[in-house]
Amino acid sequence: MCGIVGLFIKNPAMEKSLGEHLSNMLIEMTERGPDSAGIAIYDGGASAGTVRITVLSTDPDYSWEQFKKEVRAVFGVSSKIEMNSNHAVLILQAEARTVQGWLKQNHPELYMTSSGTNITIFKEIGLPVDVISKFGIRGMSGSHALGHTRMATESAVTTSGSHPFSTGADLCLVHNGSMSNHNRMRRTLEFHGVEFQTENDSEVAAGYLTWRLQEGDTLDEALERGFEELDGFYTFAIGTHDGFAVVRDPIGAKPAILAETDDWVAMASEFRAIATLPGVENAKIWEPEPARVYSWYKN
Amino acid sequence: MIEIDLDKSELRALNAKLHSLDGKTGEKSFKVVNPNGKHNIAVGVDGELDITIEGHAGHYVGGMNKHANITVTGNSGAGLAENIMSGVVRVKGNASQYTGATGRGGLVVVEGDAAARCGISMKGVDIVVGGNVGHMCAFLGQSGNVVVCGDAGDALGDSIFELNLFVQGNVKSLGTDCEEKEMDAEKLAILTQLLDQAKIKADPKKFKVYGPGRNLYNFKVDNAVL
Repeated sequence: MCGIVGLFIKNPAMEKSLGEHLSNMLIEMTERGPDSAGIAIYDGGASAGTVRITVLSTDPDYSWEQFKKEVRAVFGVSSKIEMNSNHAVLILQAEARTVQGWLKQNHPELYMTSSGTNITIFKEIGLPVDVISKFGIRGMSGSHALGHTRMATESAVTTSGSHPFSTGADLCLVHNGSMSNHNRMRRTLEFHGVEFQTENDSEVAAGYLTWRLQEGDTLDEALERGFEELDGFYTFAIGTHDGFAVVRDPIGAKPAILAETDDWVAMASEFRAIATLPGVENAKIWEPEPARVYSWYKN
Repeated sequence: MIEIDLDKSELRALNAKLHSLDGKTGEKSFKVVNPNGKHNIAVGVDGELDITIEGHAGHYVGGMNKHANITVTGNSGAGLAENIMSGVVRVKGNASQYTGATGRGGLVVVEGDAAARCGISMKGVDIVVGGNVGHMCAFLGQSGNVVVCGDAGDALGDSIFELNLFVQGNVKSLGTDCEEKEMDAEKLAILTQLLDQAKIKADPKKFKVYGPGRNLYNFKVDNAVL
């Protein structure tokens, strides 16, 4: 089943309470997926010339102090490393590709949840309420965020198999549904240079969008093309560094509700997640049509 | 009037209470507060009860309803009044997918919009929608009536048997074997009566009516893939 939520803030005054609102929304979706939860938060962004990469370790005794020393030795003493439970957010003066290559070669035991300039992804096995509290999501601010609570169907319940999936800079996808052609599509995308970290079908959908964006498509164009090339039942909510989009497959098999006010745009699998938001009584509320791209961008 | 607060009492207790009543003797009128999108509220009621749900309900509200008059003041989730047998289920806001699916009788009223597959596989229920309906409205329906005061989405009335689909606004596309019919006196009377029952104000003369082309009743060898 799975539950997905997304919140895009239009009124900057609300950005400080993004984490609080997204947490309330995600907890409402607990019954749709109790296996694992994850949150992607987009905040102001790193300063010019820096990259932000989030990694996690599933080893409770992982030697983060040693890791920090190595990062500072390689990427300079000005490197910022913010620990949050078993996730480390690295803010470095370097190219993303360089950092990714270094991590892959020297720390294959770490799993990279996100990479970009203003995205951070936290994910863990367990109920949304516990995952939210573990990472202190309620206190986080930002311009837009996505959340996912998973009922695993096609691959194992693991931290790395938790959503959201990010396969390119600041790109993130959450998914409710199941893909039919993900194995063949994964091979096609690998041929085009997209790298995958799991066997999960949703990661393939994220990888597809990464590839299309690299090829020069806009997000809207990539999603339109996806209606032809991604086979299966799906509702996607997608975040980019400055945008937020929602699509349903051409049959509209999986649920989705959209709501919009002057202050925010919200998406959820069920209305009750949106019912927690301020001003919802005056919101425009509708169900997205199948095979139609709904997107919003920061001015 | 009995008020039940779903923040304080269990949904199962509410439904068990409603199932125990026939509405002829004992309590008859209920108000449910703080529904907050919970699923399966007032499902399987089998008595002449008046039930008002104040706020937003989740999936399957009023499902399998028999005799009762159920009103949701907010929006409803998927499967509103699924397999309704009789009585009235009304939503003042919008309804999600599969409104009145497989319904066999009674009346479902959505004052706002109804989403995809409204009236799918309906078998006698009447559905009146004050706003728009999504794609595949009445897909595979067998009998009953759908009234849409706004617009209809793609593939209206796909593969229907014996239905009247009254639409006031635009139809994005008609489904397989669905076609416009003549609005004769009999159909106009049905529409007028349904709008009246649903307490929705609209001019019946502004509607068009669609129904089955009856080309799918018999097997055609020309359509077979050999």
